[in-house]
Amino acid sequence: TTETQKNRCWNPQSAMVEKGTSLLKKMEISVAEAEKRTGKNAVNMQETYTVYLIETRPVDAASEGTNPVPDSLWRRYSEFEQLRNYLLVTYPFLVVPPLPEKRAEFVWHKLSADNMDPDFVERRRVGLENFLLRVASHPDLSTDKIFYSFLTEENGWKETVFETGFQAKADSRLKALNATFRVKNPDKRFAEMKHYGDELQSVISQLLRVRARAADRLYGVYKVHGNYGRVFSEWSAIEKEMGDGLQSAGHHMDAYAASVDDILEEEEHYADQLKEYLFYADALRAVCRKHELTQYELEMAAQDLTSKKQQREELATGTIRTFSLKGMTSKLFGQETPEQREAKLKMLETQIEEGEELVKERNGECEEFVKSAWVDIERFKEQKDHDLREALISYAIMQISMCKKGIQVWNNAKECFSKM
Amino acid sequence: MSGSVVDNTVSSGNSSAAIPTDISGQILDLDEDDDLEVFSKDTTLTDGSSLNASMQTSSASMINQYKFEEEEEDADTKDIFVTVDNPESHVTAIETYITYRVETKTTRSEFDSSEFEVRRRYQDFLWLKGRLEEAHPTLIVHPLPEKFVMKGMVERFNEDFIETRRSALHKFLNKIAEHPIFSSSEDFKIFLTAGSGELTSHKKQGPGFLSRMGETVKAVAAAVRGVRSRPQEFTDMQEYVEAFSQKISSIDKVTQRIVREQKEYLEELKECGPTYALWSQSEEELAEPLKNVAGCVDKCCKETDEQVKHLNDHLIPVLHEYVLCADTLKAVLRRRDNIQADFEAKTEALATKKADRDADSKVLSLAWGSLVGRSPEEVKQQKQQKLKGEIKEMRDELDKTEDRLEWANNALKSDWTRWQKGMRTDLRSAFIDTAERNVSYYEKCLAVWESFLQSQRTDAEGNGNVDFS
Repeated sequence: TTETQKNRCWNPQSAMVEKGTSLLKKMEISVAEAEKRTGKNAVNMQETYTVYLIETRPVDAASEGTNPVPDSLWRRYSEFEQLRNYLLVTYPFLVVPPLPEKRAEFVWHKLSADNMDPDFVERRRVGLENFLLRVASHPDLSTDKIFYSFLTEENGWKETVFETGFQAKADSRLKALNATFRVKNPDKRFAEMKHYGDELQSVISQLLRVRARAADRLYGVYKVHGNYGRVFSEWSAIEKEMGDGLQSAGHHMDAYAASVDDILEEEEHYADQLKEYLFYADALRAVCRKHELTQYELEMAAQDLTSKKQQREELATGTIRTFSLKGMTSKLFGQETPEQREAKLKMLETQIEEGEELVKERNGECEEFVKSAWVDIERFKEQKDHDLREALISYAIMQISMCKKGIQVWNNAKECFSKM
Repeated sequence: MSGSVVDNTVSSGNSSAAIPTDISGQILDLDEDDDLEVFSKDTTLTDGSSLNASMQTSSASMINQYKFEEEEEDADTKDIFVTVDNPESHVTAIETYITYRVETKTTRSEFDSSEFEVRRRYQDFLWLKGRLEEAHPTLIVHPLPEKFVMKGMVERFNEDFIETRRSALHKFLNKIAEHPIFSSSEDFKIFLTAGSGELTSHKKQGPGFLSRMGETVKAVAAAVRGVRSRPQEFTDMQEYVEAFSQKISSIDKVTQRIVREQKEYLEELKECGPTYALWSQSEEELAEPLKNVAGCVDKCCKETDEQVKHLNDHLIPVLHEYVLCADTLKAVLRRRDNIQADFEAKTEALATKKADRDADSKVLSLAWGSLVGRSPEEVKQQKQQKLKGEIKEMRDELDKTEDRLEWANNALKSDWTRWQKGMRTDLRSAFIDTAERNVSYYEKCLAVWESFLQSQRTDAEGNGNVDFS
């Protein structure tokens, strides 16, 4: 399970665990297995889906050498999605770690785009484990109770998370975010960050696309060499002195052709690392967008307050500064009675009081948001720089390994050819 | 081989003068025998003076024949060096064509000087090949590059095409120069040394069109007759050639496919570097490693490009040559079969004539004889005399054909061995060369990525972040 991960040249998890949030100091988390299940869905239709086994065990137990059976529970992808949506709504100012992709994208021909394909399921399992560890290593997210019960409470988690009312909040947020609004004084830093998120998403998509196409072609190059193996073998049958050399050279050509499978599997891990940051870019943009909304709401509240104050002033002094239909009609049809004016003034006062409270509140929210978001964005930046640099290094290591294999095979082939 | 050469000279029951069984012997034969045999002689040498020249070469070629199977030509004993280079285009009112410079450096005595430089066009090479094949139907002439390339509609005057052709022509001439019999051919000498006017007039001295037609008709007739009892070794050869032809064609196709796939891989890889570079523009800390990776990918692209070129320029032409060789071998075996078929047909005809002779005189001719006033005895005598004459003629003819067949078979057998050795050497070194090139390619790419790692290590150690364990 995590063996395959450990065998990869670079494992982000060791870095995460090293950082050591209090959660990770207590608990080892892994997504150990995946299984197919069939059952009836919401509309009572038969469906097949995959479930993933989340295993947790206390950290000290392993070091004491007793190795007890871990606690475990099964969850499906949609539950992971629910967890993440909850986190997004509850911590809008945090860059929430992304889930592995819902559908296989950027595939090259040999890879399957089918969700049920075992290779896809395996890569998803790894991605889900990665997600849990990312959350568990986040200073704020790791303390969340819903997250903890996701890991430990098999039954009843769904109800618990539903009770938080996050779904309703999520829906209204989504609606607001999708509406077009313009902020009068956009925060420069957030605007730059959003722009960076756009660029990152665009360039990583391009890189993944190009890489997938190159992988496809490289596969072709290696596999065609397998034909040499076959023909050399047939040819060696009709030759006397050349036969042995040809035959053994042919074997090496077969080995060369076969070696590409491992090479490209390793590269797929690299692609997964890039994909994680492709989706992280989206999470970053979401934070910026939410900040914009917060700012917009503050501006709206402030605007509303200003206009109410102005109305009060006009009413109190009797001067009409701004054009208003009410003012016009009162001019045309005569002014209101002093009692009516009193009542209006009183209402406005209340509204102004409430408005000031609202502005204060929203201002506070905005400031809080900016403060927390910026801390997390800095944390994210550091994490991203570190992780991607490691990814590039592991890519270089992969290339080196591929070259070494190539050198070996062709040196062997050369020796065989010399014996021809 | 040398053994059988000696035997033939001694035991030949041929009524013509004791001919040494090399080419020049058969040239002498030509003077006495108007009946031109198919492909057998260097028929341009009809005048005495050039005969002397051929006598000189004949002794050399006789010695070379004995040497047929012995040492391989190595650089030390090589006494003739031929190069083909410097393609130039010529434009006339009628056509545009390319000529190549052919330079010869030699210490051989039969050459008037030690250095020659001439210009030749493709047609001239074709002519030379034709002459050699005519003179030695069962020897293996190295193939020429094809007349034109159909696939891909390569233009005749495309640079790559010209270079590929030049290289193949160079190889062709060198194979001729290395060959013990071909290298002493008069036509070869003239090809290497004659001015263009001299060459043109020499070319015109070939057998006339009609006589060439006659040869072709005979060849077709022989082919239709077919061979009755082909010796097992030649059947084995044919089976080998069939199989070899298939295999070498497959390898040629596989290699071409590899080149295609590599080129497409390169096209995609070329986009990776710029994408990393683009990314580096949005980053701060990551800018340097990203730019570095972009540089590495670009360097690997360059190496891949060179590697593909090498495959195209070195392995593919050799494989292609041997695909053509397979066809040459098939033709040589066919020609040998034709000679044998001819021999078998003549044997049968002689046997039939002999049967006629041994049969009783026909009643009809006796009757005729009595009509014109000759006695039956007379008629019988005349008939027998006539038959005896015819049989002697056929007998002589058959002996000549038998000699021709034996010479053809022996020539083929030893040239076959020679060809196999050459094939083995050529293909082995081409494959070794390719393997070495591939190793070099991977070594260069390895160095590129290791330098990247090194740069990251020094960076990291400087910043104290990364653990490389």
